[in-house]
Amino acid sequence: MHRVEVRLKSHLPDARGAGLVKDIRDLGIETVSDVRVVDIYWLDAELPPDKLDLICRSLLADPVIQDYRSDSTISTDTDKAANRRVVEVTYNPGVMDPVEETVMKAVRDLGIVDVRAVKTAKRYLIEGELDNGQLDSICGKLLVNPIVEHIVRSDTVPFSEHPRYHFRLNHYNILDAGGSGLAAVHKDFSFSAPELKAIIDHFREQGRNPTDVELETLFQTWSEHCVHKTFKARITSNGVVIDNLLRSTIAKATAELNKPWCLSVFMDNAGVIAFDEKWALCFKVETHNHPSAVEPYGGAATGIGGVVRDPLGTGLGSKPICNTDVFCFAPPDYPHEKVPKGVLHPRRIFKGVRAGVADYGNRLGIPTLNGAILFDERYLANPLVFCGTLGLMPRELSQRGQQRAGDLVVVVGGRTGRDGIHGVTFASEQLTEKSSTLSFTSVQIGNPIVEKKVIDILLQARDRKLYRRITDCGGGGLSSAVGEMAADTGVRVDLEKVPLKYAGLTYSEIWVSESQERMLIAVPPECIDELMELFDSEDVEAAVIGEFTDNHHLRLFYHGELVGDLSMEFLHDGLPQMNMEAVWQQPLHTEPDFASPDNLGGDLLKVLGTWNVCSKEWVIRQYDHEVQGGSVLKPLVGRDSDGPGDAAIIRPLLDSDRGVIVSNGINPNYGELDPYWMAASAIDEALRQIIAVGGSLEQVALLDNFCWGDTRRPDMLGALVRATQACHDVALVYGTPFVSGKDSLNNEFEYEGRVIAIPHTLLISAIGIMADVNRAVSMDLKQAGDLIYIVGDTYSELGGSAYLATRDLIGNSVPRVDAPRAKTLMDNLSVATRKGLVKACHDCSDGGLGVAIAEMAFAGGLGATIRLEHVPLGEPIDRNDFILFSESNSRFLVEVAPENREEFEKTLGNTRWAAVGEVSDSGMLEVYGLDGRRVVNESISELKEAWQSPLRW
Amino acid sequence: MSKVRVLVLRAPGTNCDMETIFAFEQAGAEVSRLHINRFVRGNERLADYQIMVVPGGFTYGDDIAAGRVLANELRLGLGEDIKRFVADGKLILGICNGFQVLVKAGILSVDGGKIPLTLTDNDSGRFECRWVYLAADPESPCIFTRGVERMYLPVAHAEGKVVVAGEVPDRNIVLRYTDEQGNLGAGYPLNPNGSQADIAGMCDDTGRIFALMPHPERFIRGTQHPRWTRCEVGEQGDGLRIFQNAVAWAESL
Repeated sequence: MHRVEVRLKSHLPDARGAGLVKDIRDLGIETVSDVRVVDIYWLDAELPPDKLDLICRSLLADPVIQDYRSDSTISTDTDKAANRRVVEVTYNPGVMDPVEETVMKAVRDLGIVDVRAVKTAKRYLIEGELDNGQLDSICGKLLVNPIVEHIVRSDTVPFSEHPRYHFRLNHYNILDAGGSGLAAVHKDFSFSAPELKAIIDHFREQGRNPTDVELETLFQTWSEHCVHKTFKARITSNGVVIDNLLRSTIAKATAELNKPWCLSVFMDNAGVIAFDEKWALCFKVETHNHPSAVEPYGGAATGIGGVVRDPLGTGLGSKPICNTDVFCFAPPDYPHEKVPKGVLHPRRIFKGVRAGVADYGNRLGIPTLNGAILFDERYLANPLVFCGTLGLMPRELSQRGQQRAGDLVVVVGGRTGRDGIHGVTFASEQLTEKSSTLSFTSVQIGNPIVEKKVIDILLQARDRKLYRRITDCGGGGLSSAVGEMAADTGVRVDLEKVPLKYAGLTYSEIWVSESQERMLIAVPPECIDELMELFDSEDVEAAVIGEFTDNHHLRLFYHGELVGDLSMEFLHDGLPQMNMEAVWQQPLHTEPDFASPDNLGGDLLKVLGTWNVCSKEWVIRQYDHEVQGGSVLKPLVGRDSDGPGDAAIIRPLLDSDRGVIVSNGINPNYGELDPYWMAASAIDEALRQIIAVGGSLEQVALLDNFCWGDTRRPDMLGALVRATQACHDVALVYGTPFVSGKDSLNNEFEYEGRVIAIPHTLLISAIGIMADVNRAVSMDLKQAGDLIYIVGDTYSELGGSAYLATRDLIGNSVPRVDAPRAKTLMDNLSVATRKGLVKACHDCSDGGLGVAIAEMAFAGGLGATIRLEHVPLGEPIDRNDFILFSESNSRFLVEVAPENREEFEKTLGNTRWAAVGEVSDSGMLEVYGLDGRRVVNESISELKEAWQSPLRW
Repeated sequence: MSKVRVLVLRAPGTNCDMETIFAFEQAGAEVSRLHINRFVRGNERLADYQIMVVPGGFTYGDDIAAGRVLANELRLGLGEDIKRFVADGKLILGICNGFQVLVKAGILSVDGGKIPLTLTDNDSGRFECRWVYLAADPESPCIFTRGVERMYLPVAHAEGKVVVAGEVPDRNIVLRYTDEQGNLGAGYPLNPNGSQADIAGMCDDTGRIFALMPHPERFIRGTQHPRWTRCEVGEQGDGLRIFQNAVAWAESL
């Protein structure tokens, strides 16, 4: 074995180390002056010195900026120095750093074939006086995550042997009532009582006991994550019976709208809509919450990796063209001492998730164009990580394929390891203090380049028509992917043929492993040679692991031995429908009881600086939002390219003027008051953003992502039912069908006997087709002297608002949606934009009119004057602060050139609007109250500073 | 006259290939997008092309260091072919990851490699996606930037800092980061990575091998400009000139 150390030359600044110095300071430790990072490589080989030196010199180190040492030239003492601490960290056995695979390949390129394995580590040289407690804190909070990493000690063995596996077929004895089989089932699986009864009845009929892999298959296939049993349950809600929540609300709206441009909805891995005559778009958003809670970097990275495979596995495969990410965390300034054991600090989760999403998404070459980040203390142990991907495919390939008996089952891409075993059940269950230690096999570090290779090659195989059907390997691994694909035919799988990362996996582990970067295709036998040759040409692995049959059975073999045999009928239709109770009661909170301040400037600055409202530029700039060259409206807009754009627009086909608008709506604060209006508001927000950038409601598709607490509690389920009802009602009026969705339930954490549930969180993601991207409008003010209009009525709707939150209040008056009126208003406004009458447009959301006008002003580098007495009200309001900060839905601020005044007003027709001010070159935002007195007089630079400073990390 | 043939060389992790093809097609070339394995395994010949491009991306994940693994592969697998390609008077362009690859493979070097040159981590320690102002040296022998004085282009990279052990002759510096008015020494974030002497793009002594960190292929038409909704931006983006110059030169070959 060889050890190589690579470090920057001592006179060069260490950018990685400098980032750590900052992070250490954030922990309250001020004594660290410098950190330097040394890269360690262990090579499992016996190489002559010249070969080892060649590897160091021409591969591992860059002689211009780095020094290297290997084996005998490494003296263990050289890093020792006064006031220096040395910590070396490596991944745990079984956790693969993608770099290791690359080093193996690159070493072979050098003509050296006798390296058996590579392992990496990082050595941190920390300068400054530290006591042991502080060092432990730095290691525990920054350098080491015990889920995937450990500190290297002198006796650490980098290359541990994987245990050999000796085949033994395991059964659970569930038919013999007196036996221990049932207890074992309870220990290994968490089937509900009706599920277990169905299983026992089934196997009694068969006259035999189930094998372990059969129960695993049922457990995976019947998990909440895979089958969404809550949304399909029979629910008694406040006395009314709902048979299948999804079909009677969200999917019902889609069916009722029956849009011809909906090409594939709620049946494939993503929803598909038409883009133009020749092309289709598919869209999917998923969550990767629990893995991100315990290992933010790997969890979030594999979240991106997973959702990208959805469009790739939809129809006959689409090319990913855009990502969207929404995160919910506890506030970054949450006190360290209040963080429960086993939970990572929100700042670390935030930074890790951001890095994971960026590293994976950037490497795949998919622009991250849209997103949001929300903060609430109840996300402390249950952060939410929503990742979405938009794909582009030829229209004629938009339908799910159908394999035939005799077609081959081919798994392509990454190899299978022990990664993510029981990930779906982990995803569906409550986290506890013990989760961090129990869940270690559920997290892996993704390898984006393997996925990129898979995308590149599969799109070629698709265009050559080398497979008949495709799906992704996601939750439940092969068990779900193969089981679902073969549902209406039958299949035989030879598990020993699955390529493995390392030896020692049982047949059952192979079957349920959730290793990333794998796809499944059904290949006609006559195409297999061409397919294998194609995959080989780009060094992507593909393996035939079985054959589709026509016997409607799932049959699993290991080296010829039958280890599992389930009828497709039982596997897919044997799950008993759940019966659930739902109750919803309107909560009553304290009403705000304070006088409207005379000067609202301070309040405006405060709202702009809240975690929810403040600038997210620090995150956005670390995502590539330009790759693929299609960006039309970027996430940051305005004079200095740092204003908050409403929705992103891309041009998927570089030679066409047709575009896609991507937006989202989310506001968990309203869920507290009424989940119905929360859902309505989220839809309204997503649609407002589309209108604001110049789109229309003509062809807009929605996705729903519900993240909820434990819906086995009737009040929790009652809230969910209400939210889904709003999805139906509002989508129907707006004419915007849902095309796909996903849910993540049980987002709760048990701590010191108390259960902390996340706020009801519904993310609405929307895509809208834009006929001509040249009509796009950005939100920044453009020119002094222009008029500012507000479109839409303002109500006294401060419940759940950002303004009340700055006073630790929530109130009761949740913003509602008058969908029929809002639809007319949005339609008219969109006509005005199409006519070129709108110079800037911004929707009013968090922080209402006040935040919206401030953002427009500082993004444009211009001042503005606003008169609250002119704001059209839906009900009498006698307070300046309520008008300025009300979060009433369906409202826009619009900049119009004076010469277009008449035409603009005529186009808006008899919807509610008013001219409320002008753009100025004063550099000041001035707001005059109901009595004509000035209530805000702030410079735009100060407003911008308040908005930018919180997340200027 | 037959069209100029451009090779967009692809490797695992390449991800700016499609927009680079679009840019060259707009400039009137015929473009092939081919995987490096096809050349290493002898299915294709470099000699069939007049322009070779190593586009942006994260080849081999940028593992170990950005561009290193593909650089070795090119040097060891195609070194002789590339030498002949250059000797034949043809053009090589490296964008972003392609810059890192060309430098680390020694294909783009200063003073025959006597002045050591590399690219490394941005001073900010972060991946940076932002637009930058660039000034081109009018005296530069670079074919690609003929007639270009200033450009506004996006960067998106984590390892774009040019480090040179010594002085780089002016003739090898093609593009530098500036402020909006064209002044050097503008500092972060106008120089987004801390690059020595504000270097954003370099060429070899012949001016036929050119590489840059900013992405000219991402500014081909007006609507890619970050502020096109605010100001008069022409139909054509600044980046297109780079591709047009290359194609025009290759047409004379």
